[in-house]
Amino acid sequence: MISPAHTNISREIPAADAALPQGAARFTETPFSRKKMRSESAAEYVFLAMTLLLVAPLLLILGYLLYQAWPILSLDFLLTNPKRGMRAGGIWSPLLGTFYLVFLSLVIATPIGVLAAVYLNEYARNNWFTRLIQLAVVNLSGVPSIVHALFGLGAFVLFAGIGRSILAASLTLAIMTLPVIIAGTKEALSSVPQSFREACWNVGATRWQTIRAVVLPNAVSGILTGIILQVSRAAGETAPILFTGAVFFKAISEGDLLAYGLFDQCMALSMHLFTISTQVPDVPHALPYGTAIVLLGAVLCINAVSILLRIVLRSRKKW
Amino acid sequence: MVTAQKKIEISRLTVRFGSKTALKEVSLDVAPNEILAVIGPAQSGKTTLLKVLNRTLETSGDAVMEGTVRIDGEDIMRSRNVYDLRRKVGMVAPLPVGLPMSIYENVAFAPRQAGIEPRRELDAIVERCLRQAALWDEVKDRLDSLGSKLSGGQQQRLTIARALSHQPEILCLDEFSIAIDPVTTHRIEDVLQELRREMTILLVTNLVQQARRIADRTAFLLNGELVEVGPTGRIFSDHPEQQKTYDYVHGIFG
Repeated sequence: MISPAHTNISREIPAADAALPQGAARFTETPFSRKKMRSESAAEYVFLAMTLLLVAPLLLILGYLLYQAWPILSLDFLLTNPKRGMRAGGIWSPLLGTFYLVFLSLVIATPIGVLAAVYLNEYARNNWFTRLIQLAVVNLSGVPSIVHALFGLGAFVLFAGIGRSILAASLTLAIMTLPVIIAGTKEALSSVPQSFREACWNVGATRWQTIRAVVLPNAVSGILTGIILQVSRAAGETAPILFTGAVFFKAISEGDLLAYGLFDQCMALSMHLFTISTQVPDVPHALPYGTAIVLLGAVLCINAVSILLRIVLRSRKKW
Repeated sequence: MVTAQKKIEISRLTVRFGSKTALKEVSLDVAPNEILAVIGPAQSGKTTLLKVLNRTLETSGDAVMEGTVRIDGEDIMRSRNVYDLRRKVGMVAPLPVGLPMSIYENVAFAPRQAGIEPRRELDAIVERCLRQAALWDEVKDRLDSLGSKLSGGQQQRLTIARALSHQPEILCLDEFSIAIDPVTTHRIEDVLQELRREMTILLVTNLVQQARRIADRTAFLLNGELVEVGPTGRIFSDHPEQQKTYDYVHGIFG
C-alpha cells in the first residue's frame, strides 16, 4: 500500500524512513487489510474441505467393498464361470462379456465420433444445418439409457435382424456413447488455438494438412480422455444391453479369451451384479461384493491408464 | 506478365460483416516491387484489406464481399487454386504465432506441405528465411527447440521467416513491429528494402513514422474508406490532398 504521503517519490526516497510519521510501518496493517487476509485464508480452507468431502465417499466405498469381498477375491474368482445357480464359482463369463461389449462398442463409436467431430469443428459452416446437427448431438447425449435400449432392440435386434447378440448390444452401447465422444472431441479440437490454424492457412496449407499437422496432434490427449471416460460408462450400463444381447446365465470355456462369438449372447458384469443381488436367493454374501469390486477395479484401472496416457501426451504437447 | 504495371488492382472493394461495413468501395493499385504502407486508426479496415488479398477472409464465415481484386491481372475471387494464391501472398499476422513444432519445422512447414522433401533443400530454405527475418543468429544453435517457446519478438520474426518460406511474390505485413524492439524493427525494415527487389510489399502499420521511413506510397484508411493514397512524401508533407490525412499523420486526431 502506498500512502498519499509517498506519492512524491523524488522528495520521499532519500530519507524515506525519517519522513515517516512516528509508529507508521511501511506496510500498514489496517482493519480492512486484516479482514482481507482472514477471508482469504477462510476461502482456502472451505475449498479444501469440499475437496476432501469429495474424496471421502470414494475411499469409503472402495474400503467397504474390499472388506466385504476380501474372502472371495482370487485369480480363480476371475477365471471360473458362475456355478450352482450363481451361488458359487467366479465371474469369468460376465467379465469376458463386459470386455467384449466395451471393446466392440468403442471400436464402432470412436472412428465415427472422432471424424464427425472433426467435420463439425473444422469444416462445417455455421448455418442452420450444422446447428441442427449440434442440437441433435446435445439432445442425444441426454437420452436415458433405457430409451437407447428400446431403440437398439427395435433397430438392431429386430429391424436389422441381427438378433440378440454381442454385436447388437455393442451397437446399442456405441449409439449411447457416440454423442459424448463427439462432444468431447469437439471440445478438445476447439481448445487448439484458432491462431494456429490461421498461421497454417496463411502459408497455403489446406484444411486437411492443417488438421493433420497441427490440430490433431495437439488435441489427441483430450480426445483420448473423452473416449476412455466412455469405457466406464459402457461397462457400467445395464439397461442398453438388457434387451439386446445380455443373458442371465451362460457358461463359456474358462480361460479362453475367444470364448464368445460376435453373434453369441453374453453375460455382463453390470447385469450379473444386478441378478445376484436381487434375483437369486441365498447367494453367498461376498459374491456380489466381489463382482462389484472387479467392475470398479476394471474401470479405475482404465481411468488410470487414461491418466498415464494423458501425462505422456501432454509432455509432448508443445505450447 | 501482361500488365506489369499493376501487381495488385483493387477496385470498388466493399466488405461487410453482418450489418457492419469494414471496407467501403476501396480502389487501390499496387505496382510491382513497390512498398505500399497502409496507415489508419484501429477499426479502419486495414487487416480486412490484407485478408481479402489471400482470401483468408472467407474462413471467418459471415463476411460478404463486393468488387474485384486482381493479382497479376487475374481475378482472385474466380476459381483458381486458393492455396496457390496464399503461397503467392505471404502474410505476417499482427500477433506472433509460433506453431507448436520446432523452429526448423515452423519454417520448413510450408515447403513441406508443398511437397519439398529433400533435407538439403529444406535446410537451405530454413537458413535463408531465418536470416532474412533477422533471427538466424539467435536461433541457429537450437533449431530443434520449440517455436512456441520463443519470446514474443522472436516469434514475430519466426512468423516473418515462415511467410518468406514459400517465396511469395507479395508480402503482407500486418503491424509486424508490435512485439519487436526498435533496433530489430530497423533491421527488418532494412531487410524489407532488400526484399523489394524480389517482391511487392504491403505494410500495414500503426507507426506512421515507419511508413514514412520505408514506403514508396502510403494509403490512409479511415472507417473503411480510403481517404487518400499517394507518394509517401506527399502524405507526410504539409500539404496532403485531404485535411484528414494531415490531421492523422500529425497526430491531431486518431
